[in-house]
Amino acid sequence: MKKLKIGDLEKIRDKVRRTAVLRQGKARAKVTVHMGTCGIAAGAREILSSLLEDIRKKKLDDVIVTTSGCAGLCSREPMATIEVTGKPPVKYVDLTTEKMRKILNQHIIKGTIVNEYALAVGSERTH
Amino acid sequence: MEDLSLHILDIIENSLAAEATDIEVQVEERITENILIIKIKDNGKGMDKETLVNVLDPFYTTKTTRAVGLGLSMLAQASKEADGSFDIKSKPGEGTDITAQFVYNHIDRKPLGNMAETIAACLASLGPGTDLRYRHSRNNNEFLFDTKEIRKILSDVEINNVEIISFLKKHLEEGLIEISEKE
Ligand SMILES: Nc1ncnc2c1ncn2[C@@H]1O[C@H](COP(=O)(O)OP(=O)(O)OP(=O)(O)O)[C@@H](O)[C@H]1O
Ligand SMILES: [Mg+2]
Repeated sequence: MKKLKIGDLEKIRDKVRRTAVLRQGKARAKVTVHMGTCGIAAGAREILSSLLEDIRKKKLDDVIVTTSGCAGLCSREPMATIEVTGKPPVKYVDLTTEKMRKILNQHIIKGTIVNEYALAVGSERTH
Repeated sequence: MEDLSLHILDIIENSLAAEATDIEVQVEERITENILIIKIKDNGKGMDKETLVNVLDPFYTTKTTRAVGLGLSMLAQASKEADGSFDIKSKPGEGTDITAQFVYNHIDRKPLGNMAETIAACLASLGPGTDLRYRHSRNNNEFLFDTKEIRKILSDVEINNVEIISFLKKHLEEGLIEISEKE
């Protein structure tokens, strides 16, 4: 059976630890990808994977990524909620990996909401 | 849902929503017997009889905006289409135990899809108090993935860190290729 390369994992662990110490645990933003049945059927898994990869490549280790269940708006899935620290949450709908990338670059990194993909600013109830 | 790995992700998300602290996923490709078995077991809050009956009814929904059927009934349907069977046991306060079986080479059996991506996606959702064990066998070859073991190595570093997920995803991909090449 394929063995976990423990030495390699330890190296990555130590690297992660060093950067965590540098930024002192402060998060820039939190991204919640909706992973209910409808979200998954509409492609949420691929959006999550490519987002994680983009965050890793850009070394944005102060962006937290998490998932949640259905947001109650199944026809607009895939969806994600972005919370830039200190700002109201923004919901994005009908996502693709390309749209998510644009949201990462504009909203999460530069702080400018991508209005064309956003559902509503600051409201969690949408229907 | 296009493939079974997406169904599995959906079912695991339910376990996470049910506040499970232990989730076990098992995929058995018994090709020589022409059987595929998928098991997902959790120790989450479980369901009472009435909820169980309701979630298996594809026409039941508490949501008004739902575009697709309930996840559990969709997996049950997928196994039925491949001449298989579906079984769910659940007890409030104890947990849920789901088994879906398929005729392996059935023309309507959905492909397994990308299991590495499914498990990696779960790692992003995994809270610090939840562990996931994934066991995948293909005939006599087996691949085992256990977050409990991995966390022992990580100690204070969280498993849902992007660097860690990326490393573990590669490990999953390689492990799954290995069990399929050994034939
Ligand atoms: N493993 C589980 N443990 C406890 N309850 C469960 C489990 N799986 C399903 N349920 C119950 O069945 C209901 C229906 O599940 P289903 O996945 O079909 O929809 P959902 O999770 O509520 O919505 P969505 O998946 O769209 O976010 C859940 O809301 C929950 O009450
Ligand atoms: Mg669900």
